Amino acid sequence: MIQGLSIYHFLVVSTLMFFIGIAGFIIRQNLITILLSVELILNSVAINFLVFNRFLYPDQLQGHFFSLFIIGIAAAEASVAIALIINIYRRIHNINADNVNEMKF
Amino acid sequence: MTLPVFMFYLLAAVILLFSVLTIASRRMLRSAVYLLFVLIGTSGLYFLLDYQFLAGVQITLYAGGIVVLIIFSILLTSHISHKFKRPAAWKLWMGLTVLVFGSGTALWVLLLHPFSKNPAVKDVPVDMHLIGNQLLGMGKNGYVLPFELISVLLLAAMVAAIIVAKKEKK
Repeated sequence: MIQGLSIYHFLVVSTLMFFIGIAGFIIRQNLITILLSVELILNSVAINFLVFNRFLYPDQLQGHFFSLFIIGIAAAEASVAIALIINIYRRIHNINADNVNEMKF
Repeated sequence: MTLPVFMFYLLAAVILLFSVLTIASRRMLRSAVYLLFVLIGTSGLYFLLDYQFLAGVQITLYAGGIVVLIIFSILLTSHISHKFKRPAAWKLWMGLTVLVFGSGTALWVLLLHPFSKNPAVKDVPVDMHLIGNQLLGMGKNGYVLPFELISVLLLAAMVAAIIVAKKEKK
């Protein structure tokens, strides 16, 4: 346990980060910046898992492993999303989310 | 104020400042670099929570891998000097409304909820032996099944990324 810090300190930070990510998801139009917002959201959830593990159940490692798997899934998601973005860029020379309204070949 | 508390406030300030800058910056490359600072600050939080292994994974995989991938894709798809138009006003207001009301509701519920730890639960030190035994263990507290699943997922993602991004034959 860390002296002087409670679970609330960490959860406030991760909550604010989560909603900043959601606001970015709504505000931005470029596909890559939307991807950046998704990374923010995933990262804040990983912080949450670790904080609950450390402060409430420190005898197990469940939150630790879930954060590890979240990081792995984030890597897979980012690679597939970037492949899709590059493919979209080849087709319409633009990666604005407003212009990607038809998904057919 | 002890050193960990000071470090926590410093890291929290860095994380929140750079997350706002990530979504507010109008140059895409700068957004990616600000995201890098957010991720490094997060790994600092993991160090503070005594999970050194995960902090290392965070730096190598997120900050080293994903951010570099994103920066490459930015360089492939747009000019470095390209600056975005301002977002439409209604979108901006919608995002800010979601930010204020969503975080307000979540923080209200969170700060009123009493988190109670079972006092019988003891702290165990997290060392590499424990992590390795549990990650590949099959008994109680074993995580070999999700470990195998995520390896299949990563393989599928790799194949999918290559096939999707590949140029078509003429």
